[in-house]
Amino acid sequence: MHPNPDKASIHLTIVGDGETLCVTLGGHWRSREVGDIEREIDALDFSSHRRLRIIVGAVVPDLAGAWAVRRLEQRAAERGLSVDYEGERPVTVALVDAALGDAAAVSAPPAASRGSVLSALGHRAFDTARDWRDGLAFLGEATVRFLRGVFDRRAWHPISVARHVYDTGITAIPIVALIAFLISVIIAYMGAQQLRKFGADIFVVDLVTVGVLREMGVLLTAIIVAGRSGSAFAAEIGAMNLNEEVDALRATGVQPIEVLVLPRALGLVIALPLLTVIADAVGILGGGLLCNVLLDMPLVQYVQRVDESIGDYTFWVGIIKAPVFAILIAIVGTFRGMQVRGSSRELGRLTTVAVVQSIFLVILADALFAVLFMEIDI
Amino acid sequence: MLAVEARGIVNRFGAQVVHDHLDLEVRSGEAFGIVGGSGSGKSVLLRTVLGLHRPNEGEVRMFGTEITHLGDRALRALKADYGVTFQAGALFSSLTVLQNVQLPMLEHLDLSARALDELALLKLQLVGLPADAGAKYPAQLSGGMIKRAALARALALDPKLLFLDEPTAGLDPISAAAIDDLLIRLRQELSLTIVMITHDLDTIFRNCDRVGVIVDRKLVTDSLAGIVDHPHPWIQSYFHGERARRFGVAHGT
Repeated sequence: MHPNPDKASIHLTIVGDGETLCVTLGGHWRSREVGDIEREIDALDFSSHRRLRIIVGAVVPDLAGAWAVRRLEQRAAERGLSVDYEGERPVTVALVDAALGDAAAVSAPPAASRGSVLSALGHRAFDTARDWRDGLAFLGEATVRFLRGVFDRRAWHPISVARHVYDTGITAIPIVALIAFLISVIIAYMGAQQLRKFGADIFVVDLVTVGVLREMGVLLTAIIVAGRSGSAFAAEIGAMNLNEEVDALRATGVQPIEVLVLPRALGLVIALPLLTVIADAVGILGGGLLCNVLLDMPLVQYVQRVDESIGDYTFWVGIIKAPVFAILIAIVGTFRGMQVRGSSRELGRLTTVAVVQSIFLVILADALFAVLFMEIDI
Repeated sequence: MLAVEARGIVNRFGAQVVHDHLDLEVRSGEAFGIVGGSGSGKSVLLRTVLGLHRPNEGEVRMFGTEITHLGDRALRALKADYGVTFQAGALFSSLTVLQNVQLPMLEHLDLSARALDELALLKLQLVGLPADAGAKYPAQLSGGMIKRAALARALALDPKLLFLDEPTAGLDPISAAAIDDLLIRLRQELSLTIVMITHDLDTIFRNCDRVGVIVDRKLVTDSLAGIVDHPHPWIQSYFHGERARRFGVAHGT
């Protein structure tokens, strides 16, 4: 925004009188006008004068206005002009003087020092290592608390666990079922297109059954739950941290891990396998529907073929992964939540970290499982 | 002239009536204290006057402008005319103290970076915060410093009217007294009108010209000397209870 020429004369009326520059203040010297006033002051030309006379008139500047008057004085003084007033120097200017003191003392807070690329890399490496160490320590503590709790009836929190089974499991059924259905339709459709070329249509059933039971059912369920519940864990515990609720728990002699982490982990360990079973069932149903519509395969034949294609371990290979994924999601979510300190930005950052890391760890664990199962030939 | 005027305010939440045709008048230049028991609707009253909550009935005038049916744009312009501090400070936790003070300026004013820095620093100095507090985040501040920083943010636009929700709550007596001194000083220097919700008898007796007490869903308003003699039992026990005695508020004096 540039001050227009008409406006420029509102706040300052300038009369150059030989050695003396007379500036008459006018208009309102308030916060709202200070942006304009400052530009008018900075545009002043002091070069041919040796004295500045400020004529206050009826102007009553507020604090921001007084700051502008002071700025006018300073600008003149910098150019070696002496400053005097016709009328009283506004009291608010003295107030600003007292508050700001020496202008030299006014300096922006020093920016954080930037090291070289190498030191940044080093810092990053150390931070990451510390992060992993803290995460492992957290997992260890949770495990120890869990093992101790097994023999202590009071450490069981059945109502809390039930709540988390409901929140993470029951309420997730619709979205998990819908996505499992769509994914199996996609697999069946892609498979049918390719296998038809070889006249091997019937193997679409094997593809859907094995694909959904061994991998897709559990993996997709875990990813959805990581997005839904991993973030909820981190945000809920993080907000409790900001609100000092976690400290209040500690001060009451209650272990936060026992009441915040374990019920969530336990609830998810119960809920995720159950969700996986639902995803498996809906997935196979979806595959059957598509085979029926696209390949004109009677449902009876589909069911027979499904039965033949399922080996001894096909279902169990998938379902055994669910509790492991559940623990990964629960530990990462609650751990990041416990790390929240100080500000709402941290809460957002760590919630994001929780989701990204739990999905990453789930996929990594799935890859390790794949290798393991191949080695032991199932 | 009246800075704030509320007439016939009715606030209902479900079946619960919080305010029943409540009237409030705050004169320009005075310090007005609002007192009431927990749950009597002090904060709701404040939110109503600030235009954050629309009352079921009644009208609110600020500097003569009716605000309950004002459009967004007009309300926004009006919001530059008053400053507010909230009970817990409500500083933005992801911004430094200096940035907290600058936020209203950025929103409402058109300033150079230099003016922005100096004016924000000026406000910090004004409320008695050291210059290095500006670079700190709210989580790093003590309770008293949070109250001061919130005050600095409320003063960012040089308002003539200041609303304070429990300015001294949660502070030790010495810090609370320091805030009281600060308010007295600011009121003189900046000729402010102050409306404050407070439970602190110290603050009421040192700072307030008039007091409004919310009893029976209405506001009973009187001067400081007058209110202590009001016959209502809640007001009696408030000003003449055990805690009030040390101020020497005896009946009839």
